[in-house]
Amino acid sequence: MGTPVQVQNLSAWFGERQALESITIDVPPNHATAIIGPSGCGKSTFVRCLNRMHETVPGARVEGTVTMGNINVYGNGSSPVEVRRKVGMVFQKPNPFPTMSIYDNVAAGLKLNGIHNRRQLDETVERSLRHAALWDEVKDELKKKSGASLSGGQQQRLCIARALAVEPEVMLMDEPASALDPISTAKIEELIYQLKEHYTIVIVTHNMQQAARVAEFTGFFLMGKLVEFDKTEVIFTKPRDKRTEDYITGRFG
Amino acid sequence: MRNPGVSWNRLLADWLATALMALTAIVVIAPLFAILFYLVYQGVGSLNWAFLTHTPAPPGVVGGGMANAIVGSAMILLLASVIGIPLGIGAGVFLSEYGRNRYGNIIRFTADLLNGVPSIVIGMTVYALVVVPQKHFSLFAGSIALAIMMVPTITRSTEQMLLMVPHSIREAAWGLGVQRWRTTVSVVLATARSGIITGIMLAFARVAGETAPLMFTAFGNQYWNFRTNQPTAALPLQIFTYGTSPFDEWHTQAWAGALVLIALIVGSVAAVRVVARKGALKGAA
Ligand SMILES: Nc1ncnc2c1ncn2[C@@H]1O[C@H](COP(=O)(O)OP(=O)(O)O)[C@@H](O)[C@H]1O
Ligand SMILES: [Mg+2]
Repeated sequence: MGTPVQVQNLSAWFGERQALESITIDVPPNHATAIIGPSGCGKSTFVRCLNRMHETVPGARVEGTVTMGNINVYGNGSSPVEVRRKVGMVFQKPNPFPTMSIYDNVAAGLKLNGIHNRRQLDETVERSLRHAALWDEVKDELKKKSGASLSGGQQQRLCIARALAVEPEVMLMDEPASALDPISTAKIEELIYQLKEHYTIVIVTHNMQQAARVAEFTGFFLMGKLVEFDKTEVIFTKPRDKRTEDYITGRFG
Repeated sequence: MRNPGVSWNRLLADWLATALMALTAIVVIAPLFAILFYLVYQGVGSLNWAFLTHTPAPPGVVGGGMANAIVGSAMILLLASVIGIPLGIGAGVFLSEYGRNRYGNIIRFTADLLNGVPSIVIGMTVYALVVVPQKHFSLFAGSIALAIMMVPTITRSTEQMLLMVPHSIREAAWGLGVQRWRTTVSVVLATARSGIITGIMLAFARVAGETAPLMFTAFGNQYWNFRTNQPTAALPLQIFTYGTSPFDEWHTQAWAGALVLIALIVGSVAAVRVVARKGALKGAA
C-alpha cells in the first residue's frame, strides 16, 4: 500500500548554492503527484531529497523534515539505506545493470540485500515484470539476455520492475519517459496509471500534457521554490498564481 | 562503380588513406610475426618431450630440459598474482570510489612512480629487504618482486575501468537500498570486469618475461624446487644463462625456452579470456 509523504520546510544545497528553499508539500497516498517547472528549478533535487539520494553528491546538504507514514526520513534513527528500500526510484535515462541478465536486474535489490531464496526470487521477478508490463516480452530470455540488450522503452520498464521488486511504498520517477519514443512513453504512462493502486507516486515531468494525463495533483516549482500545489485540473485550468499561469500557457520555461 | 557525384580527387584521397592505414597496420604487426617466426625457427628443433620433462643436463652432457624452470616460472607467477592482483584491484577500487582527495593523489602519484622504476632496481630492493634478512634467495622473494611490478599497473588500469562505469549505475544500486560497499563490489566491479581482467593480463604478461628482478631474488636453480623459501628456477633466468653460455646446444635450448615462455603467456591470457567470456550474456556491454 502507498504511504503519504509529508515534506516540511525542506531546503537543499549543493555546496554554497541553494537549490531548494523551504518546500512544504503533502503528497497524498495512492495517487500520482506531478512536479513541473522549467529546467534547473530543482525538480530532480526535490525528489532526490525524498529518498536521501541528494546527500550522495559531495558537499550536498539538506534541512527540514520528510516523513513517510511512520518513517522520519531525516530522523536520527533512520539510515539512507533503509529509507531507499522503502522508496523506489526511476531515473531519466534507463540505467539497467549492463552485465546482469534481465532476471538478475529485477532480483538485484533482493540479492544484493542478502535474499537468496530461489522460490521467493522467482516469484518476485515474475510479479515485478508483470506489474511493469514487461513479462510477456522477456519471459523466454530472462536469464540469457542482458538488461542492456533491450530497447530503451523496455529498459525503462525493466528499471521500474527492478524498483518494484523491493516492494517500496513510494515510487519516485524523474522524467521517466523523456528519453523514450511516443509509444514507449504511452506504455509508461499507462503503467503509472495502474501503479497508483499500490504505490504513492511522485513523477517529475517537463511535459505538461503528461502531468495532466497521469497525475491527480501537481506542484509547480520555480527557482527552487514551490509556487503552487493543487489538484492537477486546478493548476491547468485556474491557477492562483500568475507565474503558474505564465508557465502553463507557455509564456516562459 | 563510380558515383558521379564524387570527384576523382576524393576517390584518390580515399584510396591513399586506406593504403596508408593498411601500411601502418602491417608495420605494427610485422615485428610481432618476425619474432614469433624466428622463435619457432630457432627453438622448435630443441623442443621435445625431454625438454619439457627433464631438468638441465650438466655442461657438456647432451639432452636435458627446462621442466624445473617451466614449473618454477608458473609457481613464481602464481604466487605473484595471488599477492599482486588483490592489492592492485583493492588500490584501484579505493582510488576510483573513495580517492578524490589528497590520500588518493598520494597513492596515484606513488603508483605512477613505481611504474617507472626500472625492474632491476625493484629486484635489488627486494634483495635487500627480503633475501638478506631471510639469508637465502627464494621463490617467495621472486614473487614479491614481480608482485611489486604488477600492483601499480593493475591499480591504475582498474581505476580507469571503474571510472568508466557510469555514475547512473551506482545510483541505480544505491536507489535500491544497497549498501555502498556492496554496490562497489557486486555492481561496479562486476560491470567493469572485462576491462579489469584485460589490465591484469597486461600486467601479468609484462612481468612474466622479467629476468632482472629474478636474478636477485628467485636466483635460479638447476634442480627441482617446490618450496617457497628456496632458490627456484625460472624460464627467463634459464634463457639468460643458456643464451649467454658458450655452448651451441644451450643456445638452441634457450630459443626453445623462449618459445615455451611465449606459449605460456599467450596460453594463460587466452585461457582467462575464454573463462571470462563464458559468463557473459547476450548483448551485455
Ligand atoms: N551536482 C550538482 N552540483 C551543483 N549544482 C547542481 C547539481 N545538480 C544540480 N545543480 C543545480 O541545482 C539546481 C536544481 O537542479 P535540478 O534539481 O537538477 O533541476 P531540474 O531537475 O528541475 O532541472 C540547478 O540550478 C542546478 O544547476
Ligand atoms: Mg531534472
